[in-house]
Amino acid sequence: MSATATTASGGTPPAPGPHRAPAAPEPGGAASRLGWAAADSWTMTRRELARWARQPVAVVVNLAFPVMLLLMFTYLVGGGRGVDGDPTAYLVPGMLALTMAFGLESTMLAVTQDLGKGVIDRFRSMPMAPGAVLVGRSAADMLQSVAALAVMTGVGYAVGWRWHHGPTAALGAMGLLLLLRFAMLWVGIHLALVAGRPEMVSAVQILVWPVGFLSNVFAAPGSMPAWLGAVVEWNPMSATATAVRDLFGNPGATSGSWAAEHAGLLAVLWPTAIIAVFFPLAVRRFTRIGR
Amino acid sequence: MTEAIVMDGVHKRYGEKRALDGLDLAVRSGTVHGVLGPNGAGKTTAVRIMSTLLRHDAGRVTVAGLDVRERAAEVRRRIGLLGQHAALDEKLGGRQNLEMFGRLYHLGARRAGSRADELLERFGLADAGRKAVERYSGGMRRRLDLAASLITDPDVLFLDEPTTGLDPRGRTEVWEAVRSLVGGGATVLLTTQYLEEADQLADRISLIDGGRAVAEGTPDELKSRVGGDRIDVVLRDASRLAEAGALLGGDDVTLDPDRRLIGAPAPDRMAALTRTVRALEEAGIEAEDVAVRRPTLDEVFLFLTGRPDGERRTGAGGTARTGRTAENGPAEVAA
Repeated sequence: MSATATTASGGTPPAPGPHRAPAAPEPGGAASRLGWAAADSWTMTRRELARWARQPVAVVVNLAFPVMLLLMFTYLVGGGRGVDGDPTAYLVPGMLALTMAFGLESTMLAVTQDLGKGVIDRFRSMPMAPGAVLVGRSAADMLQSVAALAVMTGVGYAVGWRWHHGPTAALGAMGLLLLLRFAMLWVGIHLALVAGRPEMVSAVQILVWPVGFLSNVFAAPGSMPAWLGAVVEWNPMSATATAVRDLFGNPGATSGSWAAEHAGLLAVLWPTAIIAVFFPLAVRRFTRIGR
Repeated sequence: MTEAIVMDGVHKRYGEKRALDGLDLAVRSGTVHGVLGPNGAGKTTAVRIMSTLLRHDAGRVTVAGLDVRERAAEVRRRIGLLGQHAALDEKLGGRQNLEMFGRLYHLGARRAGSRADELLERFGLADAGRKAVERYSGGMRRRLDLAASLITDPDVLFLDEPTTGLDPRGRTEVWEAVRSLVGGGATVLLTTQYLEEADQLADRISLIDGGRAVAEGTPDELKSRVGGDRIDVVLRDASRLAEAGALLGGDDVTLDPDRRLIGAPAPDRMAALTRTVRALEEAGIEAEDVAVRRPTLDEVFLFLTGRPDGERRTGAGGTARTGRTAENGPAEVAA
């Protein structure tokens, strides 16, 4: 990649010594800085991929967990309360949205673990692009989420769920789901940088559940007390779930409220607003470690 | 002679706690400089500031002639850091780690790979290159960590307690690796709690306590601060320790019943030896071993920092600011 192209620009002589070691090249200008930032981000993404290759069991467990939830709610708990139509067709899109939102935990956990290790110190003491660690994290998490969506839709298909509005609409739905995941990613990074301790990850893992369930993922808001239904409809996860159900042509919860009618708009606005707040906060926090 | 590292009146607080309280340090280019102090003296804080990981509140810090606050990116291209905790990705293999760091130094993919192989070979890790770091022994991990700090042969290398937590064998391994670096033109700053380690590896030593330097000099200079040579006597019969101690005289006698050992000042070396042997013979006390030796850094450290009344400490810290050389440093004020 660009790393090989840019080394030529740094012409510093090798350091004296019995063994000829390479000197870290100096940046040649804005273009090479940008090239390095891209190369560093790619190196950090490769790092995460190499970690997966070393821990296949953990990768499988991470993918299996949402599948287990989906099967539990389909066959054991009986989700889809208050829905007109097939409860499975209602549940699957909801579970996809929930899986994206729960990604917050895995991001937070990964960042917290990294911070607890000395390796972050080495990265920070090296002449690498400061944001590359975070870019590598988000690229890896997004790839993991794409894999999770593929597995979940496959399992959904097996339990009888279908999309009815064609592949383009289905891809649009996947895009909305990944947008929600991307928003949660930056919330996760920010929380990890603020809290930064494994105990706090457990606390967030517990809190994520009520927030996740306070949505229309499992039950129609119409089946809840009015005040609760209103809270649930404004949950960003509900917006994504409803918009995705519309795009897949799956049965929704027809309450006729403003939030339900404009779910598509909210499914874009909510994550965008979350990213607009948490992305700069997280980056700022990361560059200020140690100040 | 140029200075590779200068710390000038550096302060750093964590809330109420003063980690560094006006630390001064000057390290000459191409030397190994030991920073010696007890836990909490501020050693790690100082290293983190010098290696751009932490910002200081006040004072001036330059590394390789560059201000660490204003020119951090340039400093990072010229330093290597071996922190207290292994700065490695535990899940990845040893070679994967080195190659990743090489790419992050922008060596390019091919050079990063060949440099990883060179370093694995040099540190005796070629066979373990594919193994995940979490399966390495403590000594192997430390050597890999050291290899990672040497990818670009830094001008200044920071070693923060490089052997803490290692068994004696791992410690020897790391010492040998550090010795092999010396002479390559690099400057090495080494922090340690082990006096023996500083004695073995460092050209000059700064003693720090309570976030400031209390003494600086070569190991020999520091030892002579304590007031010259010592004589050690090992008795056959521990019950006569106190009696023998009184014979050897003075207040400055140490008694170690477990080792049946008496330590006493011996400023006049051979005369003290003769005097001691004769005195013990006359009293009919049998000695197993008698030896005249230089004081240990342990004794220096106790002498300079360990006084419970704090007299020396306040004297040293309150008046001295520079500590650039042994001649006008804070220890001179203290002694």
